[in-house]
Amino acid sequence: MDPMIRLILAQGMLGLNNGVFYAMLSLGLAVIFGLLNVVNFAHGALYMLGAFLALILYSYAGAWVGLDALHIGFWPALILAPLLVACFGMLIERFMLRRLYKLDPIYSLLLTFGVTLVLQGLFINFFNASGTPYPGMPESLRGVVNLGFMMFPKYRLFVIIFSIIVCFAVWYMIERTRIGSRLRAGTENPELVKAFGINVPLMVMLTFGFGTGLAGLAGVLAAPIYSVSPLMGANLIIVIFAVVVIGGMGSIAGAVLTGFALGLVEGITKVFYAPAANTVIFLLMVIVLLVRPNGLFGRQS
Amino acid sequence: MKSTICAGVSAAALMLAANGALAQDAVSDGVVKIGVLGDMSGVYSTGFSGKGAVDAVKMAVRDFGGTVLGKPIEVISADHQNKADVGSATAREWIDEQHVEMITDLTNSAVALAVQKLASDKKVITMATGAASSALTGADCTKYGIHYGYDTHALPVGTATAVVKNGGDSWYFITADYAFGHALQDNTTKVIDSLGGKVLGSSDVPLASTDFSSYLLQAQSSGAKVIGLANAGQDTVNAIKQAHEFGIVDGGQQLAGMLVLISDVKSLGTDVAKGLQFTTGWYWNGDDASRKWKEEYEKFSGGEAPTFVHAADYSLTMAYLNAIKAAGTDDSDKVREQLGKMKIDDFFAKGGEIRQDGLLVHDMYLLKVKEGGTDPWDVADVVRTIPGNEAYASLAEGGCPLVAK
Repeated sequence: MDPMIRLILAQGMLGLNNGVFYAMLSLGLAVIFGLLNVVNFAHGALYMLGAFLALILYSYAGAWVGLDALHIGFWPALILAPLLVACFGMLIERFMLRRLYKLDPIYSLLLTFGVTLVLQGLFINFFNASGTPYPGMPESLRGVVNLGFMMFPKYRLFVIIFSIIVCFAVWYMIERTRIGSRLRAGTENPELVKAFGINVPLMVMLTFGFGTGLAGLAGVLAAPIYSVSPLMGANLIIVIFAVVVIGGMGSIAGAVLTGFALGLVEGITKVFYAPAANTVIFLLMVIVLLVRPNGLFGRQS
Repeated sequence: MKSTICAGVSAAALMLAANGALAQDAVSDGVVKIGVLGDMSGVYSTGFSGKGAVDAVKMAVRDFGGTVLGKPIEVISADHQNKADVGSATAREWIDEQHVEMITDLTNSAVALAVQKLASDKKVITMATGAASSALTGADCTKYGIHYGYDTHALPVGTATAVVKNGGDSWYFITADYAFGHALQDNTTKVIDSLGGKVLGSSDVPLASTDFSSYLLQAQSSGAKVIGLANAGQDTVNAIKQAHEFGIVDGGQQLAGMLVLISDVKSLGTDVAKGLQFTTGWYWNGDDASRKWKEEYEKFSGGEAPTFVHAADYSLTMAYLNAIKAAGTDDSDKVREQLGKMKIDDFFAKGGEIRQDGLLVHDMYLLKVKEGGTDPWDVADVVRTIPGNEAYASLAEGGCPLVAK
């Protein structure tokens, strides 16, 4: 194989690997924005929280309950951590965000930004700032797969496939099932939906929990690849917002597809001019905003 | 008679006055304060800075007896977070408010360069250990700045020479994108060029990146025989780990870590790092004195073996305190002069001397990672001792503007 093509494929694969996280995170953001009209700035911090919960479950939780040898591993963490993050998200919604719905959306944005700073500060205080490696990668996912054009770690391949399944399932649930149609109706016209006997505040709380749970899930998946660090979310959230803006605020499919696509674009840019990789997403954002202000998949308002 | 009494009294008074002045001058504020300013939480907090460095300085103070010229010695420490502005602010506060006499550690060249300049303007001695950039005693040298342990000139002389002579004559660099990484890459490139090798390209990576995969792929596709890692600490560990994950080492390319510590080797595991060659300022298993010191240190610090940077921290603290004792004062000018006159000859630096540009010239060692050592920290063999004057740039080559031509 031509080495240039091989390099493009390989960097594309790594780009897809990053795109997975863009997609999962912007999906959660899109769900929350679509149904609550809240720009959740805490999304990056909740992603970080998910990763830290995985680390804590593995390295510390056992010792806290007096069982030094107990390590709660990757698979249980993959379920537990997102649930805990979702609970935390629901607490934020129930006790903080709910008070702000009547106000300008900027207030909820500022609130969630504040939550981000508090969470980051706490974790910087208790853990080191530059990252702790996650030691609990399951044995079955260690090692490499030969893709023909590159050796690719098994775990990263697992993350790509797993995330595509999750993204598709979420899209299907919201766009094609009864629960999804109620959710969408609830945001269109809450009064009417209430008249049908549906508890809208509870639905909104669960939705926020679901969106933040997705961020937590992405965090757990990221833990074995990147070091678990208090600022891991802050580094990502700017890109995620660019993804959401390019995809179109509130569009589920748009968020997912744009996430994967931008990961790819970023990866392939590295082949040609590596320093531009960090900026290419924002350049695209500028172009999209000029040409299609509602985003690629956004509905015309 | 009267006049003799008068003379006697005035002489006595003069002597008293002189004595008083001496006692006042000897130690400026009744305590000698040493500040350990390092990366206490980040990529360089193990092996370079962190608890290990603070312990080494404290242990030296204990071994020195806890006092110098009858005054207590105090050690304080702070985290500069790898930010030059945070480091400068801390150093300024230490000097102006706390009257710190000497600042050491200064891991991270960007921070070290900033603090060294600031401290020198305020006539405070700095003794950088963890920082590597040769600019500290080259273009940016200062009157009170000392660089103790190693530098970016000495590292590649050992490692790059050995690798190129073994056939690794084409290189691709993965470089930490700040003062240190670029200095190390430049110095290594000079060594490679001088031996007839060539550099095919490089990728600049921000400090504390966790994902090196795309840079490693660039390195792989460059076709270079050797991937040179011009970084340090956790960055080096991550890069080496990921090079194995992506099958780059199995693909036949060789990794050359330009700054590797034994703590990095330990964290990688000797099975992963096996065969890796690296240059160091000291190795605990080099001789009896070093082995004995390592044992003492482990007892003092609680388990972790010392890296060469920690040994340098201990050695320089001893040298500094001895210089105060010999000079009879903690006045920066006199102590600096004394440090220049003394021979630095202990378990760490054999036949070392601190030059006019502030560089400690001493022997360096080329190590090779081995498996199955007798001690958990016995991770390498000394392949070659590099004499100080071969490892380091000469006074003229260093290019310090303070050195009279």
